[in-house]
Amino acid sequence: MDLSLSTRTVGDRTVVEVGGEIDVYTAPKLREQLVELVNDGSYHLVVDMEGVDFLDSTGLGVLVGGLKRVRAHEGSLRLVCNQERILKIFRITGLTKVFPIHTSVEDAVAATD
Amino acid sequence: MATVELRFSALPEHVRTARLVAAAVARRAGVDEAVLDEVRLAVGEACTRAVGLHLSNGVDAPVRVALTEEEKKFSIEVGDESPTSAGHTPGSHPDVDDEGAAEAESEDEMGLAVISGLVDDVEVTTSETGGVIRMSWPASPQSLVP
Repeated sequence: MDLSLSTRTVGDRTVVEVGGEIDVYTAPKLREQLVELVNDGSYHLVVDMEGVDFLDSTGLGVLVGGLKRVRAHEGSLRLVCNQERILKIFRITGLTKVFPIHTSVEDAVAATD
Repeated sequence: MATVELRFSALPEHVRTARLVAAAVARRAGVDEAVLDEVRLAVGEACTRAVGLHLSNGVDAPVRVALTEEEKKFSIEVGDESPTSAGHTPGSHPDVDDEGAAEAESEDEMGLAVISGLVDDVEVTTSETGGVIRMSWPASPQSLVP
């Protein structure tokens, strides 16, 4: 698969570092990871997209699904992304208003709103 | 006018194949490097939608992608053979529960929303025998003389 995933905890947050391409073929792997984390009781997630080369609407759907799941537990899902070509799809779909998007993991982990 | 045509079985892993081929042909046709990301994303969305339609409607035929280089234009056509008939929503499947069907439909809409937000020249048509998404970008082919 062209998608790499690794997780680590920083305080009460879980950082999911994603690398490669998130599309219809690889997105299920990310979905599984997010579902697993929530099932294990991790409700404050930070998804680090800095290593992502490609993201399409299937990937967006998985992120939205993840957001819904954590919110059901009063949790949060924040993104880290500085790449304009990835931010573009969030802008086109209006999802920049839905996801808190940070410029660094440090920022995302410290945010409390 | 030069065309490259690709047909692939409705498998999610081949959407990436289609993206790579489209980007390669677009680059050669003189589509601006900065626009290639858009081409990749747009063709990816169109192919993902076609694959989804074939899978949920049990269509065995492959998805078709035609990449055409014209004088000042590069166009892509993604064709599916999924039936659309009165009372039948493309992509809906009798075995998929309401939540699944709603999710699949909204993903389909999101894919089309991304394409229309991204590409100026887009046309989506559907019929009883299948549908086509046509998209095009301006292109300025490089001179062969260095």
